[in-house]
Amino acid sequence: MDRSSRSRRNAACWGWAGTAAIGVVIWGIQARAGERYEIGRPATEAEIRAWDIDVDPNGHGLPPGRGSVADGAALFAAKCASCHGPTGTEGPADRLVGGQGSLATARPLKTVGSYWPYATTLFDYIRRAMPLTAPQSLASDEIYSLVAWLLYQNGLVPRDIRLDAASLPAVLMPNRDGFVPDPRPDLPR
Amino acid sequence: MQHRGDEPSATDRPNRSAHPGQRGPVGRRSLLIQTATVVALSALERLSPALAAEAEPVPDDPTKIPGRSPTPYGSRARFEISARLAKDTRSLTPHQDLHGIITPSSLHFERHHNGVPAIDPSRHRLLVHGLVDRPCVLTMDDLRRFPSVSRIVCIECSGNSAGEWSGPTGRTVQETHGLTSTSEWTGVPLATVLREAGMQPDASWVLAEGSDAAALTRSLPLAEILEEALLCYAQNGEAIRPEQGYPLRLVVPGWEGNTCIKWLRRLKLGAAPFMTREETSRYTDLMPDGLARQFTFVMEAKSVITSPSGGQHIKPGFVEIRGLAWSGRGRVSGVEVSTDGGRTWHRADLQDPVLPKCHTRFRFPWRWNGRGAVLQSRCSDETGSVQPTRAALVAVRGLHSTYHNNAIQSWKVTEHGQVVPIEA
Repeated sequence: MDRSSRSRRNAACWGWAGTAAIGVVIWGIQARAGERYEIGRPATEAEIRAWDIDVDPNGHGLPPGRGSVADGAALFAAKCASCHGPTGTEGPADRLVGGQGSLATARPLKTVGSYWPYATTLFDYIRRAMPLTAPQSLASDEIYSLVAWLLYQNGLVPRDIRLDAASLPAVLMPNRDGFVPDPRPDLPR
Repeated sequence: MQHRGDEPSATDRPNRSAHPGQRGPVGRRSLLIQTATVVALSALERLSPALAAEAEPVPDDPTKIPGRSPTPYGSRARFEISARLAKDTRSLTPHQDLHGIITPSSLHFERHHNGVPAIDPSRHRLLVHGLVDRPCVLTMDDLRRFPSVSRIVCIECSGNSAGEWSGPTGRTVQETHGLTSTSEWTGVPLATVLREAGMQPDASWVLAEGSDAAALTRSLPLAEILEEALLCYAQNGEAIRPEQGYPLRLVVPGWEGNTCIKWLRRLKLGAAPFMTREETSRYTDLMPDGLARQFTFVMEAKSVITSPSGGQHIKPGFVEIRGLAWSGRGRVSGVEVSTDGGRTWHRADLQDPVLPKCHTRFRFPWRWNGRGAVLQSRCSDETGSVQPTRAALVAVRGLHSTYHNNAIQSWKVTEHGQVVPIEA
């Protein structure tokens, strides 16, 4: 981009004859900006599948499987409660439950239930990063179950929810519309 | 150290009363010991240069004893002890001890979300996929073959000074401003690699993912980063340090450090942001009305006096006030210094080079009269942004936005010359 505009400027200075002469010399030894370098190799489907773990708000990327609140409760007690507390409110790590209605107060409490705009993000994050001591160790059913339990604890799904790739993106989070684009610069000059 | 016993005894030492420039007598035993020490040290240097430097005896007069041999990989003098302040998931740069604009790689701040991964560069891969014509895999050798670019920029964590929203908490500039550092970064432009993969017309966001134990991900708007973002493999001339993303890091000049994904292993192009945890639950700025600002990427105009700064002590008379200024929006256009808590301001000298989106060193010559003073600096950038007071910032953003605190820092100088943080 930058380079091509520079070479255009240079070309104008040299004039047509010079450009033609030098062009012949350079052609074949200098790669031109904008062209491909033929470096790297095609990715295989298997390579992409192995790493393509993200889940977007529409549910793209959610794997097959399902989870229940009951299974989630047992899993949370076994694998999460030591950091997040027995009910997801005690810490010492992030509070996951409660805080709804607190965001505009003097003591805002940002939790999954009060702050997170998308339920799908919970699946994505648990799958890629939790538990802290053994990330990417949970099976899809286990992740669906943990998400189901956390959403249930926050009062966002019924106790008998069967959470899967179809039902998870349909969960409407209370703070779904709580985010605005960056308005900065925002201070009076 | 046990080597202290190898030092020449007083009687073996060269005559210290000898006239300067005139060599004193060197005893045979002393020479033997010195030779043995040099030989032992050269062996040690090959094994552990740092250890060798520590074991090296310090002569009373270094002009009278041969110095140590060259070493394969250097280390600083053993008397230099400036260090990062490491805690939990981060370590802070000791700006109070540093000069110029380049942060030594060993002192560049750290912030990671589940530890520093150990990565073998020969096995590291970058996968580029999503809305591209040619999903591809690139090795580190591949990435180094592309045309390269070097750029000196600062990276600032958007949580830098996050503890200062409600008033001073950090006691030193390391504690208040230690999450910003400058390096020369070298790599291949993101645009080059994405062109190689064939960006599709509807691709507008890229998900960048690290291969750390947090598999940290951020969505970034392509139109805003394509011109400047680099996929970097080098920092200050050598391979990136492990804690800075070895072997591959995305560097987005001027944007919050969290977007500069370390240990980069995947770029996925999409038509919308992916709404990861790091751009919803975190790195969003909660306003007093309960709404949160999202994708607040740019780091704004900011500066801080690094010397004299909290924890230091000055004497009456000449004091050079020194500090750093920077803006993620572009070049620093000016820095003003106040010694009376912001009542009067004086233009500081800017040290060349003044680079866009980079630390700029400023200096102001001052004579301290021994009376109480409050030192402040205020940065302006080429877009007209001016660093605000904490009160002005809080008036708009409240106390709970966590990130992007670029308020003016105040250091009080007591009558005794003690420098402490103060609300001003």
